[in-house]
Amino acid sequence: MSEEYSLEIVNPEKSFLSKDDVTEVVVPAFEGEIGILKDHISIISFLKPGIIKIFSKSGEDSYYVNDGIIEFKNNNLSILTSLILDLKDIDKEKILEIKKSAEKELNKSEINDQEKYLLDQKIEVLKSIN
Amino acid sequence: MASLDDLKKRISSVKSTQKITKAMKMVAAAKLRRAQESAEKGRPYSDKMNNIILNLSGGISDIENAPKLLSGTGEDKIHLCVVMTSDRGLCGGFNTNIIKKAKLYFQKILDEGKTLKIITVGTKGYDQLKRVYGDKIIERISFKESKNVNYFDAEKVGNIVIEKFEKKEFDVCVIFYNQFKNVITQIPQEQQIIPLKTINEETNSSDDNYEFEPEEDEILSNLLPKNISTQIFKAMLENSASEQGSRMSAMDNATRNAGEMVDKLTIEYNRSRQAAITKELIEIISGAESL
Repeated sequence: MSEEYSLEIVNPEKSFLSKDDVTEVVVPAFEGEIGILKDHISIISFLKPGIIKIFSKSGEDSYYVNDGIIEFKNNNLSILTSLILDLKDIDKEKILEIKKSAEKELNKSEINDQEKYLLDQKIEVLKSIN
Repeated sequence: MASLDDLKKRISSVKSTQKITKAMKMVAAAKLRRAQESAEKGRPYSDKMNNIILNLSGGISDIENAPKLLSGTGEDKIHLCVVMTSDRGLCGGFNTNIIKKAKLYFQKILDEGKTLKIITVGTKGYDQLKRVYGDKIIERISFKESKNVNYFDAEKVGNIVIEKFEKKEFDVCVIFYNQFKNVITQIPQEQQIIPLKTINEETNSSDDNYEFEPEEDEILSNLLPKNISTQIFKAMLENSASEQGSRMSAMDNATRNAGEMVDKLTIEYNRSRQAAITKELIEIISGAESL
């Protein structure tokens, strides 16, 4: 039996990526990383800023996402995100820009714990990329 | 009858108008292709988002505690209308059609004795509404500077709407935009985004059980604001494709009309020239005869 399932990543502008030969996807879910293999139970979850790792027959890819929602159902994984960047040809300046705005946001006074947690995560991840 | 000189001037001015409309048509056609492409590319995101929300809201057991964005405030007194139009004119009936649709709705709301609030997106809508509904307009937004429709602009509008909702400034939110069908047809739409109208026919979610992480209501309360921005973004994309399509066909018509006008004027010009020549000939002949 094959171990592959299909994956689609969409952002508001377009369908970013679509693959049929994915064996495992690791996503930075809100409460920790989740690895999704074939025949996983149907799941809906949130993403925090982090790295998506995609393992397929053709190799391994990683992407940075700002936020997102994933839905897994009938061996179809959909990832909806407002910002996604390919780590292979990443724009260093863009990363710095996002990091700066996150830091600025963090210094604001009216910020709740959840937002703070997400921003901390974001900065952490961005640091690890650079 | 106008003099020959006048006719000549008119012909050349119609010709230069035709040149402009022709150029505008070309530009609109080029922009239309791009706008249409991005409208089509944007569809999967909003469709998927809708799907997930449908699945989620189907699984909600406790209606009482459902997020307000989904279930509404329980009242129906204040209506917020977001009217989305273009920033530029010369696009045929594009803006007028949206405004017409919106005005019908406004009238209905006011007749029922409810309060009406309006947000206009795009300057043309504001221009057309300010005379009659000027006191109802609470916010006007325009994205004249941004060249292409982008998600951040939509998010801005979405955030304004959500902020007002959280301050309990309205109960129901409706957006008006043109849906792009093809170059000739754009259908003005009214779409209610708060409270969300779930289409019950398509909920077949009862048999699949989802695992949620974190809890359902937490996901929903995070997802719904995003959905509003997404719906507005979709409306903006449809709108921009419709605008270009509408402009293209309007300018095509204008070019053709200008062509017809030039033909008519040219015939008139030739006729009066011929008449002048004939008159001169008659004068010469009758002058010669009298000698």
